Amino acid sequence: MIRGPLDSEDPDRLYTVTGGRSRADESVFDMVTLIVSESEPSLGMQSEHVKILRMCRRPMAVVEISSYLGMPVSVVKILLCDLLDTGKITARHPHAARPDNGGLPEPETLKKVLVALQNL
Amino acid sequence: MHSRTSDRADVRAPLRASASDGLKIVVVGGFGVGKTTMVQSVSEIRPLSTEETMTQAGVGIDDASFVQSKTTTTVAFDFGRISLDEQMVLYLFGAPGQERFWFLWDRLFAGTLGAVVLVDTNRLADSWYAIDRLEYHGTPFIVARNNFTEPQHTLEEVRDALDLPSDIPVIDCDARDRDSSKAVLVALARHLYSLSTSSAARETTA
Ligand SMILES: Nc1nc2c(ncn2[C@@H]2O[C@H](COP(=O)(O)OP(=O)(O)OP(=O)(O)O)[C@@H](O)[C@H]2O)c(=O)[nH]1
Ligand SMILES: [Mg+2]
Repeated sequence: MIRGPLDSEDPDRLYTVTGGRSRADESVFDMVTLIVSESEPSLGMQSEHVKILRMCRRPMAVVEISSYLGMPVSVVKILLCDLLDTGKITARHPHAARPDNGGLPEPETLKKVLVALQNL
Repeated sequence: MHSRTSDRADVRAPLRASASDGLKIVVVGGFGVGKTTMVQSVSEIRPLSTEETMTQAGVGIDDASFVQSKTTTTVAFDFGRISLDEQMVLYLFGAPGQERFWFLWDRLFAGTLGAVVLVDTNRLADSWYAIDRLEYHGTPFIVARNNFTEPQHTLEEVRDALDLPSDIPVIDCDARDRDSSKAVLVALARHLYSLSTSSAARETTA
């Protein structure tokens, strides 16, 4: 099931959407970074930006935004960079996981995960 | 909370406003073993799907190379979500079954807490590759036998066939059943917790 609904997305269109930019700081976003709008869409804003601002009135993960917009995660990250740069969104990055040192989260965090799952 | 009917983006099961910490778990295993079914069983939202396009390293520095980079691989995956408490939200990813995806594993699922390896006892060999990659990346995992039909092998036989160390849990499940799938996640969380306490004990406290 490698083929997805986005296969039909024209690469040229994705290129247009992102203004042809691919910035280094997209890497600040994880797939599960939670995005929150800090302002309402304004006149003349790019339609994808408008959609993101509307979606993220409550926190929403990058991967969910990607799914709802029907655009690959990497493209969404570029769109989010613009909004972050202009202060229109804030980003809540994952902090329990510690991918940088390849280690597990703190035992206290995992205990909380365990208890929460047990109580579902 | 805002317009309830006009804008679909507003009614998509929003997270609580205090949500601040996303966590990841992946469900892996051979083709058609029930990964998507399990995600669906435990998710609080209708499972979603999306894709990621991965380009070769070093590409995308300037406009010209971005346009010319045709060496992209597209990986589709599905996912669900479970709100754990006021802050933590667990995202559960159903990894694609095809092997050609696996070399992208570390980039796609970096920061994953752990994995559930789903196995079908009629096709045990299908999970060798997944287990091999998890071990290579040092991702903690448990094995869950999805009882599609009458299992062909006992859990002990599964453990032997997959050559799993005794500390890795091997359990039974029915991926279609919410409680059963939940129990799998609980078993993984318990395994992760016990790994973290034993590694914390090994570390000399600073
Ligand atoms: N009888 C039975 N059918 C199941 C069970 N789990 C999944 N199925 C069915 O098996 C088929 C494949 O399940 P999926 O959940 O799509 O499997 P998958 O691992 O996501 O498949 P890929 O993503 O294509 O690798 C679906 O038609 C499911 O309804 C089970 O426990 N029992
Ligand atoms: Mg699937």
